[in-house]
Amino acid sequence: MSNYIKLIALGVVAIFAMMAANYARDPAYMVHAIIILIVTGGLFLWTLRHTDEPETYVDYSGEYMDGVIRYGVIATAMWGVVGFLVGVIIAFQLAFPSLNFEWAHGYANFGRLRPLHTSAVIFAFGGNALIATSFYVVQRTCAARLWGGNLAWFVFWGYQLFIVLAATGYLLGSTQSKEYAEPEWHVDLWLTIVWVAYLAVFLGTIVKRKEPHIYVANWFFLSFIVTVAMLHVVNNLALPVSIWGSRSVMVMSGVQDAMTQWWYGHNAVGFFLTAGFLGMMYYFIPKQAERPVFSYKLSIIHFWALIFLYIWAGPHHLHYTALPDWASTLGMVFSIVLWMPSWGGMINGLMTLSGAWDKLRTDPVIRMMVISLGFYGMSTFEGPMMSIRAVNSLSHYTDWTIGHVHSGALGWNGMITFGALYFLVPVLWKRERLYSLSLVSWHFWLATIGIVLYAASMWVTGIMEGLMWREVDANGFLVNSFADTVAAKFLPYVARGVGGLMFLSGAVIMCYNLLMTVRKAPAKEASLTVAVPAE
Amino acid sequence: MEEYTFLRQLADSWFLVGLFAFFVGVVFWVFRPGSTKTYQDTANIPFRHEDKPATSKEARQ
Repeated sequence: MSNYIKLIALGVVAIFAMMAANYARDPAYMVHAIIILIVTGGLFLWTLRHTDEPETYVDYSGEYMDGVIRYGVIATAMWGVVGFLVGVIIAFQLAFPSLNFEWAHGYANFGRLRPLHTSAVIFAFGGNALIATSFYVVQRTCAARLWGGNLAWFVFWGYQLFIVLAATGYLLGSTQSKEYAEPEWHVDLWLTIVWVAYLAVFLGTIVKRKEPHIYVANWFFLSFIVTVAMLHVVNNLALPVSIWGSRSVMVMSGVQDAMTQWWYGHNAVGFFLTAGFLGMMYYFIPKQAERPVFSYKLSIIHFWALIFLYIWAGPHHLHYTALPDWASTLGMVFSIVLWMPSWGGMINGLMTLSGAWDKLRTDPVIRMMVISLGFYGMSTFEGPMMSIRAVNSLSHYTDWTIGHVHSGALGWNGMITFGALYFLVPVLWKRERLYSLSLVSWHFWLATIGIVLYAASMWVTGIMEGLMWREVDANGFLVNSFADTVAAKFLPYVARGVGGLMFLSGAVIMCYNLLMTVRKAPAKEASLTVAVPAE
Repeated sequence: MEEYTFLRQLADSWFLVGLFAFFVGVVFWVFRPGSTKTYQDTANIPFRHEDKPATSKEARQ
């Protein structure tokens, strides 16, 4: 019966997609309609071929739902390499402008590839990592199978469809020009549906949990899901010009629109890249260190302090703009106060290793997790400092910002995700161990040196260009033209590209190591999988 | 505009006090007597039920 409803729904969407492809007012919208047509058409045929088959009911309630997590791990690794690769390409496009090839103008020049890179690493790599690890962690810490049956699969594939729609849209010029929120209205609507399903699966699992207490990692994951839903809906309030085209007009305008955008933008950092990844940190570091988190009390205070403070920090992106001074001062003050819970969380993670510091020497995976906390601490100190109005007057619009973002994103988000992947693959594919620990060490050093090259070169170019922009001669005239700063930045730009290349090669080594773990590492014997209770 | 003024005044008076009181309350709640033992057990959640969901018999109420 449910198959008939599914067939009708898929058929209606497929016909709508056909009409949309025909009436499309711009190429991005037409390509999106064709993609949706292929997806719904394929699903229609597949459902049709399986309709009226006798239903076999299998009771899965005695085991965890790990299939979707395995797919999530593969998607994370794959999108990671794609996102890093695009990043390396655009880094070299900045150093050598001739790499913006004539024949690829309008599709693969810096302006089109840059949002592809940011969305690929934040939403495709980071988002898949968050979905996969949150599904893993919520099941283990609630001692319950994922709620909603195949809804988790819908979340996974729906999210991949969102990524493909967003990526093709960027290359074809469909963007609403809001940083980290570039996808146009039809893609935003689809993400909203997927996200509500994600929230339902996550909350449903928490509701049917067998542990009386909700473990702190789930608090962080839940705050990430709820807040991102709120941010996404409010920041993307827009009226489409036509339902047959991807152009839309934002509901808010002027300084209100700017404030909404950076309320969204900074909390995308605060809740997507911080709260969600802290959820990972609070599960995988204790697991890899084989000891409970240093202070559970501190983790609760960490959570509430972070939640109460982060949401106010956005206005520091709008110093010296039409935004009233009191608002940007408020954002600045909250950003500085935020330093405390951030370091509280970092200390809590690091001290989890107290009494087991020797593991740093023997276990490159835990080394990866620890350096991710190091970069977290560094960028959560750098960020508040840059939000101070006086510092911001030097750093804003310079490469310093880009360096700051990357020490956080590559160092904190990247490294903790790599650590989680190295933990998850042997567990999910039931292998005794990783294929090669020395390859993990190679990955660790390549990534770390790559980030140091990246961040250091961006400090140099950022502060240099900030100083060059404000330099005036005795008569009050500006000394440097913009092109002078571009020429002065050439060498650091090459160094940045090399750093990115090292980070990318580390990720490729990781993919090889994980693949060989699945194919070659000895399988775990069934008798070994019995867990020893830690009480 | 009246609505804005009202919300604005509510936000920087009672709501601010309420949220701050909630946060201070959380800090006191965390350090309540007997919490150390409870949280020791809670912090060990990741080390239970690694392979299979809990059956209703094992569930800890």
